[in-house]
Amino acid sequence: MSDTPRLALEKLALRYNTGGGVDDVSLNVAPGELLALVGASGSGKTTTLRLVAGYENPDSGRLLLDGRSIEKLPAEKRGFGMVFQHYALFPHLSVVQNVAFGLEARGVKKAERLKQAEAALSGVGLADKAGRPVQALSGGEQQRVALARALVISPPVLLLDEPLSNLDPNLRRSTRDELRAMLRRQGVTALFVTHDQEDAFAVADRVAFLSGGRLQQVGTPESLYDAPASKAVAHFIGNAALMPATFDGTHATLTRANRSVVVPAIAAPGVTTSALAVLRPEAMRISSVANAQNIDGWNARVLSRRFLGGASAYHVNLADGFELEVLSDDRSFGEGDAVVVSVERTPVALVAD
Amino acid sequence: MLNSLRHDKRARQSLLLALPVLIVLAWTVAWPNVSVIRGSFEQGLGYWREFANSPSDREALFTSIWISILSVIGSVLIGLPLALLLGRVDFPGRRTLAAVATLPAALPPLVGVVAFLFLYGESGFVTRIVQRIIGAEDPPWTFNGISAIVFVHAYTMYVYVYLFVMAGLERLDTSLEEAAAGLGLSRWGRLRKVTLPLLTPALAGSMLLVFMSSLGSFSAPYVFGGGLRVLSTQIVTSKLNGNMGVAYVETTVLAVSAVMALLVLRYFERRRNYVAVGKGTRARTVLTSTAVRRLAPILASIVVLILVLPHLTVLLVALAKEGTWTDQLFPPVYTLDNFRRLAEDPQLWTPVRNSVLMAIIATAANVVVCFLAAYLVVMRKFPGRRLLELLLAMPWAIPATAIAIGLASTFNRNDITSGRVLLIGTFWILPLAYFIRGVPLVASAVESSLRQLDASLEDAARGLGASWLRIMWRIILPAVRPGLAAGALLAAVTAVGEFVASVVLYTNANRPISIEILAQIRALSMGTAAAYSVLLIVLVLIITAFARTLELRSAESGGVVSSN
Repeated sequence: MSDTPRLALEKLALRYNTGGGVDDVSLNVAPGELLALVGASGSGKTTTLRLVAGYENPDSGRLLLDGRSIEKLPAEKRGFGMVFQHYALFPHLSVVQNVAFGLEARGVKKAERLKQAEAALSGVGLADKAGRPVQALSGGEQQRVALARALVISPPVLLLDEPLSNLDPNLRRSTRDELRAMLRRQGVTALFVTHDQEDAFAVADRVAFLSGGRLQQVGTPESLYDAPASKAVAHFIGNAALMPATFDGTHATLTRANRSVVVPAIAAPGVTTSALAVLRPEAMRISSVANAQNIDGWNARVLSRRFLGGASAYHVNLADGFELEVLSDDRSFGEGDAVVVSVERTPVALVAD
Repeated sequence: MLNSLRHDKRARQSLLLALPVLIVLAWTVAWPNVSVIRGSFEQGLGYWREFANSPSDREALFTSIWISILSVIGSVLIGLPLALLLGRVDFPGRRTLAAVATLPAALPPLVGVVAFLFLYGESGFVTRIVQRIIGAEDPPWTFNGISAIVFVHAYTMYVYVYLFVMAGLERLDTSLEEAAAGLGLSRWGRLRKVTLPLLTPALAGSMLLVFMSSLGSFSAPYVFGGGLRVLSTQIVTSKLNGNMGVAYVETTVLAVSAVMALLVLRYFERRRNYVAVGKGTRARTVLTSTAVRRLAPILASIVVLILVLPHLTVLLVALAKEGTWTDQLFPPVYTLDNFRRLAEDPQLWTPVRNSVLMAIIATAANVVVCFLAAYLVVMRKFPGRRLLELLLAMPWAIPATAIAIGLASTFNRNDITSGRVLLIGTFWILPLAYFIRGVPLVASAVESSLRQLDASLEDAARGLGASWLRIMWRIILPAVRPGLAAGALLAAVTAVGEFVASVVLYTNANRPISIEILAQIRALSMGTAAAYSVLLIVLVLIITAFARTLELRSAESGGVVSSN
């Protein structure tokens, strides 16, 4: 296997007259890689996907498939299968006819394409539903038909637009595990769009975060979580309180209500002396005032407690009104209790304000 | 937009597809109107001054407006109570009444007028009954003038009010009325303070529609007008007198008023959406008083009878032996001769053949042009999309008389440079007129089918490697087939009974049924006229019933038919 990426986006840009679009998006997808495009609505993630699929034409930039330039090819010549958010199943065709449609367009003989379509349906566990009208299927089944329809043409890259967003929460969790297992098993290279970080973390090898039409950070889920590159990433990925801090190159000083706490820190690009510290709930510690003699922390009051089963999430506010969340397996604190909150796990990530 | 055209193949393809459709519609729908307006200014303001100074034109304008106002009042007086009754109250006979409530709208325009002549004319069926009851020498009334026209309008156009208010009630949560009852409002108070205010937009919309239709109405004033002048008939008179300039001015005035009414209507339709109140219950009050329960079916039967009377009378006249039914209450001799004559006399059969043939031609053209146009409007983005939308809706607003005058002014000579081809005096002018009138019907039916589809269907098919032609043939066309068929049938119904444009444009080569009915009435061959009318009604009923089942099927399967 060479080092040529399966798919390369080079400085892709598309601006709509109405505002929105994407700017300067560069991204490589390796063969067999599952990459998630994540961002809030309007961040440009769907536009990026549609540019790759060929439904939109870039104002500038290049798109390479196995090193060949494809940005001039129309969608029907690129041969990327796509799974749409609302599945876009052809309503007047049966399940197997839907799956066979792409083969039909490629001139595959009827007997052969039915055979392949049925094999693809078995692959998603729907062999027994082949002759049914698509309306007769449940949402989860329709999603799998859309997947089979896209996979049967053996696309060089599979594109998925919010493939899980129309499923109810329980089905969603099991479907995303199945989806990852299936894509892995078949060695598929996939690019998928989601606004849900849990979906992205569960399915993708790497995550690309977009905001305001620009790519903010690309990396493993862990790297986005532990070392967000910008305030936007820190805000969107995971739950965190962003506390103003000063940085001296190795340590951050966090000052609230005249009390300073110094912790080891790692800084994102662009961070100078003043920054924002990303305080994750599970990196914080909550202690009773009596046990806090040796702890370097802030006095705080418990606003509310959510019992999560394995742990409890405390919503607290510091003496100067700054609010944050602390995850703890200590259930003993109640609303209104005076406590001390400290940073437990370091280094703390810093992002530019 | 232009920037994206340069490097966007698909945008170029959209424009390439849209261009011929835009040209055809601009040429047939918009250009005739332009040439009418241009014609009206041929002598500078001369024709306009002539129009303003002519007492008969002023009279025509005011009479048109006066008749339209009265027609609106009449339609509301019939349509509103009927809708409130059928929509909110359950009583014995409700279903039968609901089934026939829209029947008057299904009458082809001239047939409706003919039916009223047979019913309420000087020797009409009802006239004779009343005359006999009161024992008068002479008919108790003469059925002509403003009162006759308004009567016919109200009788046929109340259906708009009825349908709009019904739709409004459908959206209106009855729990609102129940809440008002809980707050102590009486039944009448609830109607006045809650129901009617919420129905106002629907009611206003339907009133405008009636106003628009009355303003453009031609058949009733033409047949019952006597010496009365209204704008639509005045146009035809000016044309017959060779005073084309003034005819153009009159046409412009009529068309502009109608388009303005349409714009106001659109405004109300947009507002109507705000009235939609949640998902609630729509319960009907069940009448419990025994007196009312006994009376209701009797009253309902009377209303049903009044509503089906026009159809029955036409049938009765068609079955009476020609010349034998003079002053008796019912025809003395029944016969199928009138129908037999239609089938056997080639002279009489030709109009039927003409109408059917022309309807098929016009509808076929509608299917091709409107399918493409609706596809472009709904699924594509290109410069000129708004214009295309406008062109598709325009013939709906412009009265048929104005359309006909436009065609007469445009297709009267061969002059390609100004977009003119000689069609006047040939067979093809009527199919063209029918085509134009069918454009909004077919286009809106296809548009609504397309809007039900997932917007990504076409993208999905492209992503799977299908060419545009394959997508159209295998995906889009099958998916909108029910809507296309329903729209086409509606257009065919309109074309087969068309009268208003026909009376201006027909020639010997394309004489349609409606013109033949009029000729038979003029020749006092009422039996033959009635037989034609029955034929038309049957054709229309068959086609509408067929269209309705198609619509139902498409609604049930979520806008699609199963292909296997």
